[in-house]
Amino acid sequence: MKYIDNPQRLAGLLGQLWQGLGITMSLFAYTLLFSLPLGLLLALARMSWHKPVRWPVQFFILVMRGTPLILQVFTVYFVLPMVFGAAFERLTAVVIAFVMNYSAYFAEIYRGGVEAVPVGQREAAHVLGFTRSQAFMHIILPQVVKRIVLPVSNEVITLVKDTALVTAVGLVELYRVARNAANAVGSIEPLFIAGAVYLIINAVVSFLFNRANEHFGYYQG
Amino acid sequence: MLRAENIYKSFGKNEVLRGVSLRVDQGEVVAVIGPSGSGKSTLLRCLIDLERVDSGRVVVGGETLVDTEKGGYAEKSALRRVILKMGFVFQNFNLFPHFTVLGNVTQAQERVLGRTKQEAQTRAMKVLEKVGLSDKAAEYPFMLSGGQQQRVAIARALAMDPQMLLFDEPTSALDPLLTQEVLKVIKGLAEENRTMLVVTHEMAFAREVADRVVYMMEGAVIAEGRPDEVFALPQVRAFTSW
Repeated sequence: MKYIDNPQRLAGLLGQLWQGLGITMSLFAYTLLFSLPLGLLLALARMSWHKPVRWPVQFFILVMRGTPLILQVFTVYFVLPMVFGAAFERLTAVVIAFVMNYSAYFAEIYRGGVEAVPVGQREAAHVLGFTRSQAFMHIILPQVVKRIVLPVSNEVITLVKDTALVTAVGLVELYRVARNAANAVGSIEPLFIAGAVYLIINAVVSFLFNRANEHFGYYQG
Repeated sequence: MLRAENIYKSFGKNEVLRGVSLRVDQGEVVAVIGPSGSGKSTLLRCLIDLERVDSGRVVVGGETLVDTEKGGYAEKSALRRVILKMGFVFQNFNLFPHFTVLGNVTQAQERVLGRTKQEAQTRAMKVLEKVGLSDKAAEYPFMLSGGQQQRVAIARALAMDPQMLLFDEPTSALDPLLTQEVLKVIKGLAEENRTMLVVTHEMAFAREVADRVVYMMEGAVIAEGRPDEVFALPQVRAFTSW
């Protein structure tokens, strides 16, 4: 036990972890900020009747879900600069890769949610004179939101943990800080402490999504 | 009020409507009966653009929904105008689950007809009263019985002030008791001289309420006329007796 019974060392580690947490939370927040709306656009394109719109998106989603996220991070960070000549900042590159990857997953969750709304809802909107976009905004989308809360919570929880992947391009975030500390003192304790931090974050995430889910319990169907 | 001429409609290789013509005059109640799969519901759905015809003509209140010999379907805004001349009641109600009863009845009034919230609510309470559900205005559809849900759906259609009402087997999803409460409401509307087209399996109801009965089979109109005439025909009796 190198940390638990040594408050001074523990405080030092927690301070370092706190700094690493900044990168972790930035990546987490930026990824959600961009991928949640982008996923909706992708879902709409994926459901389009026009093949030239649908097929490229379908292919994009296949690649994003079908290849390792870490490889996508490498590609944006190392390969794209070779192609375009300009390098991204580390965090920017990682955010781009994460946003592309997560928007693909969100797109499929949204699509599942839209298809789960009974066709009768669209028909009722149509005979009442709603335009297609009115029907989507006011009739379909609100019902989709209720249906996707729990599947989206899965992805968000996974995202919290996936942030640890970016140590691969040298970003010093929560997990990297813990690993460095572990190497320095020759103990795996810091890793478990970092694990506890991820767990606390996800406990908060779970709590919020459970609240959201309960909120939508005011109606059924 | 409504004229459909020579409607053809296939789903893949399955020809569902084979040259059906139908007319409903102002103030008339027309019941469409016939065995399952005879194309009654498809016909009704074609009249309000829930299905697209392969060929034929549909004119409602003097305005053309579709005429495949003259340019096909009306353009968007005209199409919407024609649709709004009709109120449609589904077999499965299709209420919006995320709105209260009141919200179900006011949404389209506000968003489609551009009524103010106040106007829409006043109108909504009036039609809810007509179907006997003004006390349920604040409840959500899942809290209501099937019969009550269908009455809300009727109120929702009425609130849009359509020139005629279309009913697609409005009681097929209901047990006999709830069926009666819904039929009572529809009967009340018939007594107001509303123009209505009702696809139904309720023979007693068709006989009692309809001015005219249309008997369909295998995608064609086999017989039509006054209820007593149509129900007396041997092929209709063969259908209605079981």
